[in-house]
Amino acid sequence: MRVLSESLAKNIRKTSLQMVSKAGASHIGSALSIADILAVLYSDIMEFDPANQSYKDRDRLILSKGHACVSLYAALHHVGMIPNEEILTYGQDFSNLMSHISHKAKGVEFSTGSLGHGLPFGLGKAMAAKVNGEKWRTFIIAGDGEMQEGSNWEALMFAAHHNVKNLTLIIDANNLQSLTTVDKTLAIEPLQQKIEAFGWECSDIDGHNHKQIREALSKLTPKPNCIIARTTKGKGVSYMENQVAWHYKCPTPEELKIALTEIENA
Amino acid sequence: MRNAFMDELINAARVRDDIALIIGDLGYSVIEPFADEFPDRFFNAGIAEQNMMGMAAGMASEGMQVFTYSIGNFPTWRCAEQIRNDVDYHNLAVTNVVVGGGVAYGSLGYSHHAIQDYALMRSLPNMAIASPGDPVEVRAVFNYIIKNKRPYYLRLGKSGEESHNSSSIRIDEGKWNLIKKGSHDNIIISTGTMLTNALNSKEAKENEYSVYSMPLWSQKTAKLQLSQLVTIKKLITYENHLSSGGFGSYFSEIISNNNLDIEQNSRCLSSKIISLSASEEKLHQLLNT
Repeated sequence: MRVLSESLAKNIRKTSLQMVSKAGASHIGSALSIADILAVLYSDIMEFDPANQSYKDRDRLILSKGHACVSLYAALHHVGMIPNEEILTYGQDFSNLMSHISHKAKGVEFSTGSLGHGLPFGLGKAMAAKVNGEKWRTFIIAGDGEMQEGSNWEALMFAAHHNVKNLTLIIDANNLQSLTTVDKTLAIEPLQQKIEAFGWECSDIDGHNHKQIREALSKLTPKPNCIIARTTKGKGVSYMENQVAWHYKCPTPEELKIALTEIENA
Repeated sequence: MRNAFMDELINAARVRDDIALIIGDLGYSVIEPFADEFPDRFFNAGIAEQNMMGMAAGMASEGMQVFTYSIGNFPTWRCAEQIRNDVDYHNLAVTNVVVGGGVAYGSLGYSHHAIQDYALMRSLPNMAIASPGDPVEVRAVFNYIIKNKRPYYLRLGKSGEESHNSSSIRIDEGKWNLIKKGSHDNIIISTGTMLTNALNSKEAKENEYSVYSMPLWSQKTAKLQLSQLVTIKKLITYENHLSSGGFGSYFSEIISNNNLDIEQNSRCLSSKIISLSASEEKLHQLLNT
């Protein structure tokens, strides 16, 4: 049975924080940024079957910003794809759950880590579905800083040229990258106009508002579809929100306790 | 060679609907018959190799066998990371077909010389290099590729290559294909279109050495070489690639790592050719011996 997206988002955030804290890992800010997007995808949008994870008509999700992996591992855990004993291995030597998303984990389609790979690869999947007359959809989650990679713009052109409309790109636009804001690093705005000019349908939404995410993802568009989801890096934990440092830092046990309480009480 | 490849690809696509071709806006007067016959399985990625390779991997991840087609240097170094992370790491059935291996496009200059590509491909654990020596070997390696889905780098010459195999042959990965019988102990092994040069060598002409072609090789076939090298005293390797990381280097690693008592001479392209523009034949005269 599917869980409510609000409840799933809360669980994704809590599990992500616990995983990162236990493993001494980084990138928690990026993981919290996409928790609501993943929650809506797995609660309300995507076709999948935990009992038959590779069934042909499932929808495909590619996490192109692979460093936000704990969020996807946590989502897959809470929808019954990754068992608890495997979640507990995160951060251990030789775990299948690497610190960038890994296809060795159950329910994960593709390993990433180097940015700019997910959209071309997902486009290939969508092309295969089109060639074979299959109805499943492909979703890609990329970062806004990641849109600085030229490979994404090659894929945007191709998808529009061939009208690959079974493809949805979700850009997690938290306006933070490695050192500072995207605006100050290498500006990509006006992103919506650029993507529309490349021949895509493109909407600009609040990436933490489940109703808006649900509506944007449910829409079947006559062109390939891009959703710019405006998000807050570190969303849900007050001392992490919009702080570049939480791209790198790992919460101490005391910080973890505060974070879990804030999420529980939100 | 490229026509032999295209004939085989079309024949295979007629009986298998999982085969697709993606070109990197190259292949004028070669790819048209495929594009005409299979318009739903033919795509021109445009001048965008990163997307071409990533997309090929994505299609292959859904069970298709995808062939990409371009000139040697472009779908290799330009999209090396897509080959490494997307194709090879996920062990997907993408065959990266290139024309102009070595200095076949000699007069077009360094940008078009594919002379470090073996080094890149040889470093990838799931990748097999298919570098046939003539059109007969092109057909034979294609037959192998089509039956064994995994990543391949299929490196062709340009056009007009001589045939050195008399009839259809069978190629297995890592096996040597005897072209000319000479001494049992002393051998020449050539890969790719250097087979003509190997056969024209003094050692081959005077029957001092047997001449083999090795059109399909990989990291996985290194061990097999030990059993094939067991009686060999002298080895000459031929390749149109620089010394570092190439075919001769593949054998010298095997020989030194296993303390084999074999005298090896690696005949490969000289770094002197970098920045030179001339015909393939002229550049081959600067071969390192």
